[in-house]
Amino acid sequence: MTETIARAQILDTALERPRLTSQLAQTWKTESGLWGALATVDHKIIGRRYITTAFVFLALGGVLAILMRLQLASPEARVIGPDRYNQIFTMHGANMMFLFAVPVMEAMGVYLVPLMLGTRNIAFPRLNAFSYWIFLAGGLVLWISFALDMGPDVGWFAYVPLSGPQYAPGKRADIWAQMITFTEVAALAVAVEIVVTVFKQRAPGMSLDRIPLFVWAMLVTSFVVIMAMPAIMIASTSLILDRLIGTHFYNPAEGGDVLLWQHLFWFFGHPEVYIIFLPAVGMVSTMVATFSRRPVFGYLALVMALIATGILAFGLWVHHMFTTGLPRLGESFFTASSMAIAVPAGIQIFCWIATLWDGRPVFKTPLLFVIGFIVTFVMGGLTGVMVASVPFDTQVHDTYFVVAHFHYVLIGGAVFPLLGAVYYWFPKFTGRMMSERLGRWAFWLIFIGFHCTFFPMHVLGLEGMPRRIYTYQPDLPWHGLNLFVSASAAVLAAGFIVFFIDVFVSARSGNPAGDNPWDAPTLEWATSSPPPAYNFAHIPVVGSANPLWEQQGSLDVANGLHTDRREIVITTLTTAEPQARESSPQNSIWPLFAAIATSIMLVWSIFSPWAVVWGSIPVAITLVGWFWPKGTPEDEA
Amino acid sequence: MKERVVLDLSELPLHGFGPASVTWWGTIAFMLIEGTGFALAIAVYLYLMSLAPVWPFNAKPPGLLPGTIITAALLLSVIPNIMLSRWAEQQDLRKVRIGMIVMSVAGLVPMIIRAFEFQALNINWDDNAYGSIVWTLLGLHTTHILTDLIDTLVLAALMFSRHADNPRRFGDVQDNAMYWNFVVATWLPIYGCIYWLARI
Repeated sequence: MTETIARAQILDTALERPRLTSQLAQTWKTESGLWGALATVDHKIIGRRYITTAFVFLALGGVLAILMRLQLASPEARVIGPDRYNQIFTMHGANMMFLFAVPVMEAMGVYLVPLMLGTRNIAFPRLNAFSYWIFLAGGLVLWISFALDMGPDVGWFAYVPLSGPQYAPGKRADIWAQMITFTEVAALAVAVEIVVTVFKQRAPGMSLDRIPLFVWAMLVTSFVVIMAMPAIMIASTSLILDRLIGTHFYNPAEGGDVLLWQHLFWFFGHPEVYIIFLPAVGMVSTMVATFSRRPVFGYLALVMALIATGILAFGLWVHHMFTTGLPRLGESFFTASSMAIAVPAGIQIFCWIATLWDGRPVFKTPLLFVIGFIVTFVMGGLTGVMVASVPFDTQVHDTYFVVAHFHYVLIGGAVFPLLGAVYYWFPKFTGRMMSERLGRWAFWLIFIGFHCTFFPMHVLGLEGMPRRIYTYQPDLPWHGLNLFVSASAAVLAAGFIVFFIDVFVSARSGNPAGDNPWDAPTLEWATSSPPPAYNFAHIPVVGSANPLWEQQGSLDVANGLHTDRREIVITTLTTAEPQARESSPQNSIWPLFAAIATSIMLVWSIFSPWAVVWGSIPVAITLVGWFWPKGTPEDEA
Repeated sequence: MKERVVLDLSELPLHGFGPASVTWWGTIAFMLIEGTGFALAIAVYLYLMSLAPVWPFNAKPPGLLPGTIITAALLLSVIPNIMLSRWAEQQDLRKVRIGMIVMSVAGLVPMIIRAFEFQALNINWDDNAYGSIVWTLLGLHTTHILTDLIDTLVLAALMFSRHADNPRRFGDVQDNAMYWNFVVATWLPIYGCIYWLARI
């Protein structure tokens, strides 16, 4: 080891453009070629990768949905057999929740939060790379198992005793449980990165009341992830232990309890809904302001609503268990809290309507999706208040009414805003605009297709059609509506196909976007599209919540940072006063190696408990490789 | 866009300590994750306890000796740990090196006693649900000690390398010391749970 320890020496004050930008580009660059792609820690590259992968899983999950609709289009259909159908609805739910919805929302945060805060990379960028690889591995485990006829078939919430050792022989339930571990590790890693980025890497002057609302939403979401995901990890680990080494957590004959599973699962599972929903409302607040041409109405109320939703999210889980015979008083409490969460949701909706009302709305595609969101989400929210009532819930529990309800809140509440957000931020991601014409086609096909697919499911549920059935008899009164639903699903799918075509075509040949095509007020629009590796040549200094509207055409910035080490500014928690110039880690291949070692250990541990012992040795070695200083200027103070 | 320089950061330190460093906040965030995990595991213990007709379920309470010795050892280890943290704050490399060795031993000792502690539980993980949760609680905390021990050993090696004399490394030592305090603090409710709830 003859290498010397290098220290940063060149300050940006000593450099004029273009020397400054070429030096920064050199310091922050991702090497070309495969190795560079595998070793990069650039939050924009990883974020884009994360988003793309999540959309691939959306498309795969959509194919499963179409298969189910084909099977259910007519009574006694023979498209899919019962065993395969069980795998398909389980895969659809697990895939959409764990491989699409949560990752895509966090991925939007990975890409956008550092840019909106005016910093050069996310906190713990190597952890970010690790998170992506682990997420990818979890997705591959699930889908490869499915291809091998080993896909989980116990429902996305894998209730015991069905998923326990007695009723689920083979490895299908273990695949589900371990997929959970992969995706939760990935999600927790991103949550930590976002919390620390928001706390410590905001541009000087960006006090708490100047943080963009999408960033607030991601911050609250990250805390919900941190508090909720350990519950599912304990649940899935104890399930594997019951199945692999004979523990008795869920075995009533030996002092265990099956409802314990439901408590643990829903203590995570209900907040999970808000983990998906809160980033979406952050996107809505952002887009509503931009397209209304005025600052959002009720900034403080919106932040408070985000925080209130994040807290209340933990007081609702029992409403998934109303039919399990819990004490009446407990149920009443959870009815009340389930209805209470409609209050912050309502506050936000009134704030958005007020913003639109008072502004001069420009009806571009993103705003269409926002309006589609408001309409759809309000309907889903209303059925939510209905199922919060125990007697009504008892009637419709496990019917298509519930299927309709949660698709209204999840697709209406999260996917519509997300699609709008893709139209909105696509110019920043790629430097090109998406097509307005195709965008309108996509919106109307998706909006109409969605409502025609899912509204009739309320009726089917009220008519008694249960969830998860692979077929139904011709004498039941469900045939006509099911056929209509299946036909409408084709319209919905067509809308998504138009959307994907628009993405592909626009990425190659869309109109050049320029830095700020929507004339939006937040910092991600203060840099070029797509942004350079270092995000900002000088770190912005912020004096208001809408900096680009307050100072048209100019940007207040700070200097005095090194250009020959990756350097960011650390600011105080509340008022964002500068505290330190801190280094940001260089690219490294070790996160990939650590992810491979971790994946081997996790998959192996489905088959043998000793995997945890022997498999953790390579994990430890790769982690040491990851953290051991390399003598670069970043490693030295 | 035209840029206007309004702030000069060239006087700021090149590394932040404590709450001015991202690592410190990252450590806190991971403590929050793990703390939530432990709280939930204890909640599972209490839940199973509330369902059982007798507790401990078909077993004798665990023997007190190894668990109590560990508790004492962990509590005592906080003293050198805090001293080490102060030495790191003063960037006194010689004392920090001594402190790292002491804390490596302080992490190793409970690992050895832990082997006896599992035997003193008077139940196996596959006997019944009570055995399962007790083994899980103890196993979780053992993992906790083990990961921090490995972290401490690697950091100790680092402090004897050419990378040692560097404010960033002293910050790492402080964060590691903070994490050890957390390992000790999480043990206390688990200790109370395993040994004393099984006796009331």
